[in-house]
Amino acid sequence: METNQNRQVDGVIPATSMAEPATAGGSQSSTLDERMVTMSGLQTKGIHAWFGDHHVLEDVSLDFPANTVTGLIGPSGCGKSTFLRMLNRMHEFIPSASMAGEVFLDGEEIYAPDVDVAAIRLRVGMVFQKPNPFPSMTIAENVLAGTKLANIKVKDKDSLLEECLTRAGLWKEVKDRLKLSGASLSGGQQQRLCIARALAVKPTVLLMDEPCSALDPGSTLKIEDTIHELSDLITVVIVTHNMQQAARVSDYCAFFLSDGHPGRVIEADRTDIVFTSPQDQRTADYVQGRFG
Amino acid sequence: MTIAFEPSTSAAPPRRKVVDSRNLGDRIFRRGVTAGALTSFVVLSFIAALLFFRGFEIFRAFGLDFITTSTWDAADGTIENATFGVAAMIVGSIVTAVIAMVVAFPFVVSSALFLEFYVTPKLKFVLVSVLDLMAAIPSIIYGLWGYLVLMPHAAGWAASINKYLGWIPIFSVDVENFDASPFVSGLVLALMILPIAMSVTREVYSRAPLDQIQAAYALGGSRWGAIRAVVLPFGRSGLVGGMLLGLGRALGETIAVLLTLNLVFEVKFQVLASAGGSVASLIASRIGEATPLELKALMAAGLVLFVLTLLVNFGASSIVARAERRVR
Repeated sequence: METNQNRQVDGVIPATSMAEPATAGGSQSSTLDERMVTMSGLQTKGIHAWFGDHHVLEDVSLDFPANTVTGLIGPSGCGKSTFLRMLNRMHEFIPSASMAGEVFLDGEEIYAPDVDVAAIRLRVGMVFQKPNPFPSMTIAENVLAGTKLANIKVKDKDSLLEECLTRAGLWKEVKDRLKLSGASLSGGQQQRLCIARALAVKPTVLLMDEPCSALDPGSTLKIEDTIHELSDLITVVIVTHNMQQAARVSDYCAFFLSDGHPGRVIEADRTDIVFTSPQDQRTADYVQGRFG
Repeated sequence: MTIAFEPSTSAAPPRRKVVDSRNLGDRIFRRGVTAGALTSFVVLSFIAALLFFRGFEIFRAFGLDFITTSTWDAADGTIENATFGVAAMIVGSIVTAVIAMVVAFPFVVSSALFLEFYVTPKLKFVLVSVLDLMAAIPSIIYGLWGYLVLMPHAAGWAASINKYLGWIPIFSVDVENFDASPFVSGLVLALMILPIAMSVTREVYSRAPLDQIQAAYALGGSRWGAIRAVVLPFGRSGLVGGMLLGLGRALGETIAVLLTLNLVFEVKFQVLASAGGSVASLIASRIGEATPLELKALMAAGLVLFVLTLLVNFGASSIVARAERRVR
């Protein structure tokens, strides 16, 4: 993989440390095996980002191996949310935003000129900080909204509905009120509804931008359980300000820091290494809560 | 220190009153704004009272017949011989206003969406200014344009519609004269209500929650998909409110309709025929040469129009207010 040959000292998850994730017994369906090809997952190469003249992100090269959970951590304003949004081109809605570098999804460059942005976003789903179900739709309509938006024909809507809500850990709570408005749920339930909605278009990658920061501890734990189960099937990238959460849910961790410069990745490695024996003093200070 | 949790034995003390500000400036300002607000209500009720008392004799003489029959004859100026009924005018007002709404609707929705979601901020500023200017054009100008420029063309369009769709009752005509029809008036009115209806609609569309729009995009939705899933459901009540405000204006419009509509005292639903009605235009066309009795009848017609537009505007503002409450 050329992305690994050209990597820099800082900011790349070493290819050798990418242990294949443990497969979850027989629970994986055969259709998912297609994704286990060599260039699966997500790679970024030399990503820079600007808002107007402001250089906010500098030379970020990270690998997100398929079916792993990667936590992006770092103090506010270090560019990690911007970086996350560049992985499915959502940053393009900010008129002044511009970028350089390359992002590969299963080996395909997502910023290539002939690429359809909408098709990329179907494969790279997103869950936002604030739960944002569509209030004019019922719970069931919310889950299926993506298939409708992208004109995907679904043969068996009921089973897709049940599958996605089950994977998002919400099925038991809502199975008797699928016709109710999505806005009638609690905040934590709404966020799991948004996860189910993102899963319904069968993405291979799910981006999560501080998905629990607006939720109570109980809902947070439920969503963390969901993330654990999701990583059997898809690649998860999660931005979080909660160190314990990063330690609990992620297989890999990347520590971003801006520190007066554009944001950079200071350290990226297996989560246990980042938390127990970080190479950089700043990482150690941050994960132990000494700043940020 | 110990705290006793025994129930209190003494009676509850008297509650303290909220004391108003004693600040002089504050009191003067408060009186000022109160007076200003009351003045508009007082003036409004004076107008209603004037119309009612001037028209009272008519209402007493004709009762409900005034709004259910369609003869307008001042005769010799005595109430015994005269007949007044504005049913055709009320129906005509509503018919032309509805035509205006139907014609304006697609333009309202598409221009509001275009301005909010498809143009650069600079171009948007220019276009919004132009549309605001449209609202500021005096209605006599619209009327003249409708009479001199639009009517010759619109009569041709009406003839075509009649030729191909004449089997639909509302598009049939008894006499093949397509000038000064409710259709022509409705087109002029559509143009006149466009700015107000569109500006209210655009305002509500612009408040569609960004996080939901982003959610639609993040699900692989196109811009149209995001608009359909988020903006249109969110803006529905704003659109209805904007259209009703336009309806209020269309119902009350006088001079532009007077120039482009042939007033006929007969309840008709043939929108392409050269015969229609309008309460406001009736008043404007008759007031110059009215006998004292007919003047009273015109006042009574004014009251009917006043109540009609008041109801429509009230409905519109309550729908818009409900939309705004939901935004917060």
